[in-house]
Amino acid sequence: MFQNSWLILLFPLLGFVITGIFSKKLTGKTSGIIASLMVLASFIYSATLFFQLKQITNSAISVDLFNWINSGKLSISFGFLIDPLSVTMMMIITGVGFLIHLFSMGYMHHDERVNTYFSQLNLFVFSMLLLVMSSNYLLMFVGWEGVGLCSYLLIGFWYKKNAFNNAARKAFIMNRIGDLGFIIGLIAIFTTFHSLDFNTVFSQSSHFISGEAIITFITLMLFVGAIGKSAKIPLFTWLPDAMAGPTPVSALIHAATMVTAGIYLVVRSSSLFVLAPITMDVILVVGVTTALVAAIIAVLQNDIKKVLAYSTVSQLGIMFIALGLGAFSSSLFHVTTHAFFKALLFLGAGSIIHSLQGQQDIRLMGGIRKSMPITFITFFIAVLAISGIPPFSGFFSKDEILAAAFHSSPIVWGLTVITSMLTSFYMFRLLFLVFYGSYRGDSKTFGKIHESPKIMTIPLIILAILAFAGGFLNIPVMFGGTENFATFLKPSITFFNDYNFEIPNHLNEILLALGVLLLIIVTIFVSWYIFVKKSVLPVSDSTNRGIISKFIYRKFYFDEIYNFFIIKPYQWFAEKFTSFIETNIIDSIINGIGSIVVFVGNKARLIQNGNIGFYMFVMIIAMISMIAGIIWLK
Amino acid sequence: MENITSAIRIIPLEHYLFLCLALFSIGVIGVLFRRNTIVILMCIEMMLNSVNLLLAAFSSYRSDPSGQVFVFFIMVVAAAEVAVGLSILVMMKRNVDSIDINLLNKLKD
Repeated sequence: MFQNSWLILLFPLLGFVITGIFSKKLTGKTSGIIASLMVLASFIYSATLFFQLKQITNSAISVDLFNWINSGKLSISFGFLIDPLSVTMMMIITGVGFLIHLFSMGYMHHDERVNTYFSQLNLFVFSMLLLVMSSNYLLMFVGWEGVGLCSYLLIGFWYKKNAFNNAARKAFIMNRIGDLGFIIGLIAIFTTFHSLDFNTVFSQSSHFISGEAIITFITLMLFVGAIGKSAKIPLFTWLPDAMAGPTPVSALIHAATMVTAGIYLVVRSSSLFVLAPITMDVILVVGVTTALVAAIIAVLQNDIKKVLAYSTVSQLGIMFIALGLGAFSSSLFHVTTHAFFKALLFLGAGSIIHSLQGQQDIRLMGGIRKSMPITFITFFIAVLAISGIPPFSGFFSKDEILAAAFHSSPIVWGLTVITSMLTSFYMFRLLFLVFYGSYRGDSKTFGKIHESPKIMTIPLIILAILAFAGGFLNIPVMFGGTENFATFLKPSITFFNDYNFEIPNHLNEILLALGVLLLIIVTIFVSWYIFVKKSVLPVSDSTNRGIISKFIYRKFYFDEIYNFFIIKPYQWFAEKFTSFIETNIIDSIINGIGSIVVFVGNKARLIQNGNIGFYMFVMIIAMISMIAGIIWLK
Repeated sequence: MENITSAIRIIPLEHYLFLCLALFSIGVIGVLFRRNTIVILMCIEMMLNSVNLLLAAFSSYRSDPSGQVFVFFIMVVAAAEVAVGLSILVMMKRNVDSIDINLLNKLKD
């Protein structure tokens, strides 16, 4: 069973090849079915692996398929590491991926390049699985780059619009910056450990003492990779722009799976990260800043997908807070629940956008809960989950992180609570503006608003159930649970020596959770008061804003700052290089070579006079001189 | 067979060498300086046959028949080559109404 785990990779790859090669011949429906079935097959296989893995005690199985690269000291096998961590990720990827494939069959059915879409989506699932299954850093990097490529392709899927292409390029370039860090990290790992294999590296890491410089360097570099992939400050600006892609893509790649690759990387390398307290602090600071900044930006966004995008950045920040605190399994638990409810939110948004003929501005929505009941209810569940209302899944995962934060530093705890309050505020703002009040859009389209077809609502319902019940995977001890999820993951993760896995005083923890809950409910009430009772609408773009409001609305001027400090100087250099170095130096070298060749050619063509006798004369003279030369040399 | 070999050996080997060298040189010079294509073809044949003669002489002196076998092969190839050459010649005569080799200088352009 474990030996054949490569089959999990094979299915989506096959789907990619089939739908890709026959994209001219297949109908959209067939390719959708093929692609979905392939992912479903992978999901079933992953689930089987999961149940088998639960039964055995030594729960980390290495599967080496063949020796991939063998060069000098470098020896890398093409192998997989099947352990609780990778199996969990595999189930998230294939499970949520399958639902999103189903949803796409409804969402994309009218698109003319639907076959290409499905083949790229399958390629994404393949690369993502490769990323989480690989047993060494290099193979992981292959998957890492693969998901980056698919993200690029799918963001720019509607390539006829230039802004979308720019968004795709931005995502790719931002990711490359992170990837550079990853590559440097890989090289540093290899020079330190003489191996890239997870098992070897992690078993050798125990020889290092905490805080050693090289380990700090390696982990910082790996974290730079994670910053790029998981859209953290300072590289987060690509993720909101990435919303240019089709909405199911945003759900799968930019909410549920790819952006969590950075967290996977850190959790996978936990035995290195626990040796680098400085890196952990950096992660914590970056996580807190990102969570807070993105949450603040999200409050004033008016595009339904942009709100969700900033919310994703913010939630990823919360996951990084957990990583920085050393609460690796809590972080991964939040990854799981977040995959459920954020995929649900994006698919719900997709359902709304589909129904409103591509309208994404929440100022032009409103009052559509009657016409789209299933979308409304599922969206509502997701909003409750992300806000952290018990017993929805977000409550459990966020509460764990909050407890860990409170345990280590009240400031981090306070900032995380503020982020959570902002989260529930903007999520309910979104909900109220979209579903409550009266319809503010074009009256002609109002009559056409309809509930989405079954192929789209069924994934919504399944995800809603998961978003509701996902929290029960890991019921904390204080509620009489056994923390199944954390216990299952424990063998894959190295914890700090002093990291207290169980917090002794449950009463405090319950009071803490209740306090946070109270704050969140107050926030929701405020949001309700503003947007339903007073029915305040977000101002239009032409209105003058106050300084702070403008600062937030323009996303803290991140794009402008990058534009001024990086893009403008770069363009200036490029300009100078074209006008000076290109024209004066490079061109004259090239033209000089060209004119020498022309000159020599003009002289040399006189030798070729077309007289056969002369040719033969030359030939014989040459032969004679060659023979003479040979004889003379002897 | 024996008496042919011994008959060849009556004349010393150097004589064969000089004869063949002379024949070959005449052929080369003919190829280089004659303009008549037929003469050029004949000169080529002469070069080939001078080599043939040399092969036969060496083969007798070394008592190794493979040299004479070679001669037969060369004759066959030469016959084929002459057939091709003459047919080209015929085409040339038809096209430019001359067999002057120097008229074929279109390679220049």
